[in-house]
Amino acid sequence: MIDAIGRPQSVLVLGGSSELAQAIVAKLVPARCRTVVLAGRESERLSEAAERARAAGADVAETVAFDTTDIEHHLAFVDQVFDRFGDFDLVIAAAGVLGTQGVLERDPVATASLLTTNFTGLAAAMVAVAGRLRHQGHGRLIVLSSVAGLRARKVNFVYGSSKAGLDAFAQGLGDSLVGTGVSVMIVRPGFVVGRMTEGMTPAPFSTTPDAVADAVVKGIESGAGVVYVPSVLRWVFAVMRQLPQLVWRRMPG
Amino acid sequence: MSAPLGRRGLLTGWGRTAPTAADVVHAVDPDIVGRAIEEAAASQSAGGRGIIARGLGRSYGDAAQNAGGTVVDATWLDAIHKVDVASGVVTVAAGVSLQTLMERLVPLGWFVPVTPGTRLVTVGGAIAADIHGKNHHIDGSFCSHVLEMTLVTPGGTVTLSPASDPDLFWATAGGMGLTGVITAATIQMIPVETSYMLVDTERAPDLDSVMDKMLTGDDAYRYSVAWIDCQSTGRRLGRSVLTRGDHARTEDLPERLRGPPDRGRAFVPRTLVRVPFTPPSGLLNPLTVGAFNEFWFRKAPAHQVAKPHHMAGFFHPLDGVGEWNRLYGSKGFLQYQFVVPDEHGETVRKVIERLTTVKLASFLAVLKRFGPGDPGPLSFPMPGWTLALDLPIGYHALDELLDALDEQVVSAGGRVYLAKDSRVAPATFRTMYPRVDEWIAVRNRVDPHGVLRSDLGRRLGLCSDRSAPSTSDGRSRRRTSRPAGTKRVAPKRGGGAPSPAKTTSTTRRTDTTSTTRTTDTAGTARTATPPERTGT
Ligand SMILES: Cc1cc2nc3c(=O)[nH]c(=O)nc-3n(C[C@H](O)[C@H](O)[C@H](O)COP(=O)(O)OP(=O)(O)OC[C@H]3O[C@@H](n4cnc5c(N)ncnc54)[C@H](O)[C@@H]3O)c2cc1C
Ligand SMILES: NC(=O)c1ccc[n+]([C@@H]2O[C@H](COP(=O)([O-])OP(=O)(O)OC[C@H]3O[C@@H](n4cnc5c(N)ncnc54)[C@H](OP(=O)(O)O)[C@@H]3O)[C@@H](O)[C@H]2O)c1
Repeated sequence: MIDAIGRPQSVLVLGGSSELAQAIVAKLVPARCRTVVLAGRESERLSEAAERARAAGADVAETVAFDTTDIEHHLAFVDQVFDRFGDFDLVIAAAGVLGTQGVLERDPVATASLLTTNFTGLAAAMVAVAGRLRHQGHGRLIVLSSVAGLRARKVNFVYGSSKAGLDAFAQGLGDSLVGTGVSVMIVRPGFVVGRMTEGMTPAPFSTTPDAVADAVVKGIESGAGVVYVPSVLRWVFAVMRQLPQLVWRRMPG
Repeated sequence: MSAPLGRRGLLTGWGRTAPTAADVVHAVDPDIVGRAIEEAAASQSAGGRGIIARGLGRSYGDAAQNAGGTVVDATWLDAIHKVDVASGVVTVAAGVSLQTLMERLVPLGWFVPVTPGTRLVTVGGAIAADIHGKNHHIDGSFCSHVLEMTLVTPGGTVTLSPASDPDLFWATAGGMGLTGVITAATIQMIPVETSYMLVDTERAPDLDSVMDKMLTGDDAYRYSVAWIDCQSTGRRLGRSVLTRGDHARTEDLPERLRGPPDRGRAFVPRTLVRVPFTPPSGLLNPLTVGAFNEFWFRKAPAHQVAKPHHMAGFFHPLDGVGEWNRLYGSKGFLQYQFVVPDEHGETVRKVIERLTTVKLASFLAVLKRFGPGDPGPLSFPMPGWTLALDLPIGYHALDELLDALDEQVVSAGGRVYLAKDSRVAPATFRTMYPRVDEWIAVRNRVDPHGVLRSDLGRRLGLCSDRSAPSTSDGRSRRRTSRPAGTKRVAPKRGGGAPSPAKTTSTTRRTDTTSTTRTTDTAGTARTATPPERTGT
C-alpha cells in the first residue's frame, strides 16, 4: 500500500529497462519499495536493471516478458503479473522510442510501428492495468509523456504525436478513474540528457534522469496529476502553445 | 444471488491520507454482518478482497479501510441492549459511540471506564484498538473493562470473555478488526456522581519539570495529561500545561453546579463550530501553530487547584470543533504516537528536540503515562511514557524524520500505536510488536483463509491478496499471506473445514466482582489507589 507519506511498497514498470524508470526505482527501493517487477523485451539491460533493484535491497526484483506491440496478449499478461505478484501500488508506463524522423517521414510501416509502440500498444496495456487497479481499489499509474506531445514540432512530429495521443489518453483515463481509489499521474519531461537522446544537442531547459525521478517521487507524495520536469516547462509551454503557427514552425531545432 | 450488499466508496482515516475504494455495507442489522462475511469468503477464490469493520473512522491511518474489498459500516449497530443500573454493567451493540454511552449513562451515574481524546469512537473501534485514556496509569485500557463480546468470524459467531477463549479475546483486543467483526459488547462502567471533574492545572516551565511532576504525582490522580509546546527551545524546551483530576462528587461542587439531582449529571456535549470547507494545506504552519501554542500556554493558569470542569471540556476539548481534521488541508496529516518504557524517558526529550530542530510544527503534542499493559499481543500500552504528535503532511523530509524517530523508539524498546499509524515499515512493526506471531496464530485459527483484510494489514504484511485459492496449487499457496520470517501455524483442525471458532455462550457475566472497579460508590470516585487489574 502507498502510505500516508506517499511511499509505495510495490512497483510494476512497463518498459523495465528504461533509464528514467530505473532512476525512479532507484529512489523507491531505499524508501521501502519491496517488490519491483520489470516488464520488457528480454535483454541484458533488462536483467541488469532487476539485478540493480535487488542489490539495492528489494525483496522481489523480477523481470517479465512484455512488448507493447503484442496487443492481443496484454490482458492475459497483466492478469498473470498481478496474480503472481499481488497488488501493485505503482505502475509506471515507460516504454517508448524516439525514432529517426528522417526515416519515419518516408516509411509508413516505421511510422505505424512507432505509433503502436508509444501509443496504441501502451494505451492498450494501460487499459488492462487500469482494470486491475480498479479491482484492487487503490494504486497510481504513472505515465511518462513528454512536452513533445504538447505541440508537435516538425523535427519530431511522429514521436510528438504519439506522446500527444498517450498524454490525452492518460488524462481521460485519470478522469474516468476518479472515485475508484486509483489515480493517474502524467509526467512531462523536457529534453532528458541520457540514453534516448544520446548524440543529440541538449535543448534549452534540459534535465537529467535523476531530476525526473525526484520530481516523480515528489509528485507521488503530493498526489500531483501532472508533473513537468523541470517545473518551469509548465510556464514555458503555456506560452509555446499560444505562439502563432508561423512562428512555431520556424522555431530552431 | 441477490443484489450486491455494498456500494463503492472512497475511504480514508481521520488523517485524510491514502484514500482507497471499497464496497461499503451498512450493517442495518446484525445478520448482514454474517452474510457479508460469508459473501467475502465465497468470493475469495474469484479474486475477492476480504472484509473489515469500520466504526466512526477516528483511527488516523488505514485501519478501517479495505481497498477493493468490503467494509462493514458498523455504526448502524447502535442498539443499547441492556443496562444494569445497579451494577453499571451495560451490553451494547458495537456501533454505539462512547458519546451515546455518556449521554445515556452519565445521568444514571455511570461513566465509560476509558475514553480517548474524542468521544466520537464506537465501542467496536475502542475494543479493536484497545484504546487508552488519561487514566491508563490507574485503570488500564478499554478491553480490561470488557466482560464479554460477540465476534462474527468467518467460522461463525462466538461469544467471548477473557475466560472463555482468552487467546481470541486478547487477539481481538487491539487486533484492529482483523479477527472478526464485533457486533456487541458488555462493559463494566465506572460510577460517577456528577458530570463534572475536579481539575488541578499547572504550567511547567520545561520538559524535565513536567515529567518529574508526572512521575511523582500522577498516582494521586485518576486522570492526568500534559500538553506540550513542541516549538519552544533551549531552556523552555518542552514547556507544558499539566491537567490532572478526578470525577467530582456532589459535595465537591459549588451550589450552583449541583442543581436538582440530575442536573449535575446531565451530559450535554455540543459541537460548537464546524470546519465548513477544506482550506489549502499549510494553514497550520510553524507561525500559526506557534501563535496558538503561546496563547494556550499563557491562557493556562500557573497553578489552579480543584477547579470544576465539565467532563466534555476536560476529556474532549477538540470535539467542540466538528471535522477539525480538515484544518490540515487537502494533503491531510498524521499522528505519531509512541510509548517507551519508564527507563527510557529521555526518548521523549530526544523526539521533541528533533522536532524543534527541524522546525516542524506539531499543533497537538500530548504526553501521558501508562500503567501495566493488558495481555493483547497487539495491544499498544506498556508501562512508561506515551507521546502523541499531530503532524501535517507536506514537510519534505517527514518520511526520514519519522523513520529516525522509529529507530529511537525501537532502541528504547518502545512501539507506535496502530490506531494512529499510517506509515510504519513492516519490519519495524514486527520489532515493535514481538508477539505478533502469537497473534497471527490465533488469527489463522479463526480466519484460516484470510478473509479479514484491511489496508493497514496489507501495509504491515499481515494480510495478502495474492490469488492463492485454497486449491491444490502448492506454489501459490506458499506465496500467500506470510511476511518473511513468520512461522505458519497450522489451522487447528487440519486444513479443510473453516469453522474452527468454537461457539461458546457464557451467561455468567454480570458478576461484578470480576471487574476492575468496585461498585461501592461512596468515595470511590476520588480513590487514587489502582484497582485490581485483570490479566496483567
Ligand atoms: C481526536 C482524536 C483523539 C484520540 N485520542 C485517543 C486517545 O486518547 N487514546 C486512544 O487510545 N485513542 C485515541 N484516538 C484513536 C481512536 O480512539 C481509535 O482510533 C479508535 O479505534 C477509533 O474508533 P472508531 O469507532 O472511529 O473506529 P475506526 O477508526 O472506524 O476503526 C478503527 C479500527 O477498529 C476496527 N473496528 C471498528 N469497529 C469494529 C467492529 N465493530 N468490530 C471489529 N473491529 C472494528 C476497524 O477495523 C479498525 O481497525 C483518538 C482519535 C482522534 C481522532
Ligand atoms: N529521454 C528523454 O529525453 C525523454 C523525454 C521525455 C519523455 N521521455 C519518455 O520517457 C520514457 C522513458 O524514456 P527513457 O529516457 O528512459 O529512454 P529509454 O531508456 O530508451 O527507455 C525506453 C524504454 O522503452 C522500451 N521499449 C521500446 N520499445 C518497446 C516495446 N515495443 N515494448 C516494450 N518496451 C519497449 C525500451 O526497451 P528496450 O530496452 O527493449 O529497447 C526501454 O526500456 C519514454 O516513453 C520516453 O518517450 C523521454
